[in-house]
Amino acid sequence: MSALVNLVDVSKHYAGATALHSTNLSVERGKTTVLIGPSGCGKSTLLRLIIRLIEPDSGSIEFDDELITSDIIGTLRRRIGYVIQEGGLFPHLTARANVLLMARHVGKPEDKMQNRLAELCELTRFPVNLLSRYPVELSGGQRQRVGLMRALMLSPELLLLDEPLGALDPLVRASLQKDLKEIFARLQQTVLFVTHDLAEAAYFGDEIVLMNEGRIVQRGPVSDLRDQPTDPFVSEFINAQRGVTLT
Amino acid sequence: MKFVRTALAGRDRSEPDGHLGRRGWPDGPSLPFLLLFAAVVSTHANPVIIGSKKFTESYVLGEISQRALNDAGVAAEHRQGMGGTIILWQALQGGQIDGYPEYTGTIGQEILKNDRQLSSQEIRDALGKFGVCMTEPLGFNNTYALVMRRSEAQRLAIRTISDLRKHPELRIGLTHEFLDRQDGWQPLRERYGLPQQSVIGIDHALGYAALANGSIDVKDAYSTDAKIEQNDLVVLEDDLQFFPKYEAVFLFRSSMSPDAINALRRLEGTLNEKRMIHLNMEAERTKNYTSAANLYFQDNGRSASFAGESFPHKLARWTLRHLELAGFSLLLSVIIGIPLGIVASRGGLIGHAILGFASVVQTIPSLALLALLVPLPFFGISVRTAIAALFLYGLLPIVRNTASGLQDIPRSLRESAVALGLSPFTRLWQIYLPMASRSILSGIKTSAVINVGTATLAALIGAGGLGEPILSGLNLNDHVTILQGAIPAALLALLVQWFFDVLDRVLIPKGLRI
Repeated sequence: MSALVNLVDVSKHYAGATALHSTNLSVERGKTTVLIGPSGCGKSTLLRLIIRLIEPDSGSIEFDDELITSDIIGTLRRRIGYVIQEGGLFPHLTARANVLLMARHVGKPEDKMQNRLAELCELTRFPVNLLSRYPVELSGGQRQRVGLMRALMLSPELLLLDEPLGALDPLVRASLQKDLKEIFARLQQTVLFVTHDLAEAAYFGDEIVLMNEGRIVQRGPVSDLRDQPTDPFVSEFINAQRGVTLT
Repeated sequence: MKFVRTALAGRDRSEPDGHLGRRGWPDGPSLPFLLLFAAVVSTHANPVIIGSKKFTESYVLGEISQRALNDAGVAAEHRQGMGGTIILWQALQGGQIDGYPEYTGTIGQEILKNDRQLSSQEIRDALGKFGVCMTEPLGFNNTYALVMRRSEAQRLAIRTISDLRKHPELRIGLTHEFLDRQDGWQPLRERYGLPQQSVIGIDHALGYAALANGSIDVKDAYSTDAKIEQNDLVVLEDDLQFFPKYEAVFLFRSSMSPDAINALRRLEGTLNEKRMIHLNMEAERTKNYTSAANLYFQDNGRSASFAGESFPHKLARWTLRHLELAGFSLLLSVIIGIPLGIVASRGGLIGHAILGFASVVQTIPSLALLALLVPLPFFGISVRTAIAALFLYGLLPIVRNTASGLQDIPRSLRESAVALGLSPFTRLWQIYLPMASRSILSGIKTSAVINVGTATLAALIGAGGLGEPILSGLNLNDHVTILQGAIPAALLALLVQWFFDVLDRVLIPKGLRI
């Protein structure tokens, strides 16, 4: 089976600085690929290029064997879920309205929407009675669950997560990590996950892509990165986060 | 374009003879707006519009002419106290008014810009080129004069203007118009060689108060001014015959109907100085120009059935007009300001240009903005001009708050909306605008409060509203009349503030208020 997303020679420059050098990457179906690296290494840029929040300067990105262009990105975005830190919830809408926003926009039947909503609450362990609350009335973890429900509402083929757990305290973070991993497994979801935390990457990643200064340095299982580093930077990065139990 | 103004103004002047007892209460604010639009297609006959300058005698003459026209079966309106000579003359030329009372000296010096005294035929010929005619004199000469307190004049033995040369310490307060006129202060000072250094500009009515309390010693006046008798002042003799003759006449557009012209001409030679002073005094005593004007008809042996408009009725009329001015201009500011704010929020050259324009407009003093709009062909002396000026004033807070409200939305949330796949319109309508609603509403509230305050200036160009009593109160130096406008205007501003506080709760989404 071919990869769901294929990046070929994709690069991105900002005035005077290169955010991403010419890069190739494929995201395998049904797997969780984790992008990791220090701040400014280009991992978020890569994610944002796929969902077309920014345009690449060169190269091409294919989604499900289809070239992503600005003409079709509108419909493609409905097949991709995107979750950011804090959930990116709209403060003027209730949790329910946030989750249903896109389904309503594309005119899904009301009964189907409600069924899907109940399903998602169960999946993400979000209490149904909190659906009528506004984002400010929810805890950080709850907000993140709502953000996840919103991303999953239209059953996307690809889920993009940009440091989704970055702003949570360690206990909430641990419980959400566990829930997320279960959800991905249950849905056999293709996931591209951005984090700067090696333990988190190791926990989620079927495959880990380590980036530095706009380049992919090494990709593979976490044990490869630890035991067969291809570059001094890999060891440096791993050692910097030592003390973390690597499984 | 006169019909638009007429339709707007028509509500409170719909009955030609001005009987107020039979007139119903105003019926809600929506009608005026409908009228504005309806007026564009309406073609009913326009009433004759008489203007007047901003002083008692001009008001009274305006009222007299309106009554005379109405009695002759010609529908007429009187736009009270529109401003000074130049504004009235421009309005007459532009057709915003059909006639107004003027003085021969002013016509020669100020309008025709002629240094020497013109004969009445020379004046007529010159006016004819503008399509303007002049009646014969109404019967009195209201020339300029310098006046002093009687006690002071006697103490210093000042009888003539030449006598002022001996007292350089005297303080002089002059109306702004007199200071600037070609037949005003500068040539007068040169002719008489007056040495006084302390010369200030002061409103005509306030000047009398200043004279009474000793802040100034000499001021300009009109020789038929009722205040001369009332305040025990003396007129200094113009011993060098500096001041030209100022015989009162009516100027009118030659295109006016023959019936209307005949009605005005019947006023010729019917008012001598004594009667005019009497009418002026009555107007200042009763604060009611209409009833003073009616005395003219009483004395002429006609029946005067007019009873003064009751205060609650006047207040309702002023307030309603005030709300029309502020409300309609605010509506325009909102309709145009929010889209401009949306464009401006995107920044770039256009965004900066929009914000820059709105800011520049805001820095123009409101009085100057009105004065700038009046000479433009589409505007003139009208409600429309007042609304346009208020609209421009209301623009900046709305544009700026819309732009900043939108710009303050965190980038992560904007990107979330994009990444979800919402269309640009849906993003704006369902996400961005609601999120910016608090900022936008507070901009609208600021505009509304500014507009309610600034709308009092609309009276300067005859657009009415609560500025009308403030202006005539200032003119009559009557504090009660000023307060009749000032207090309701202040209350209205508070009410508007409160109304928007309530509106906040209705319009700002709950999630943003917790």
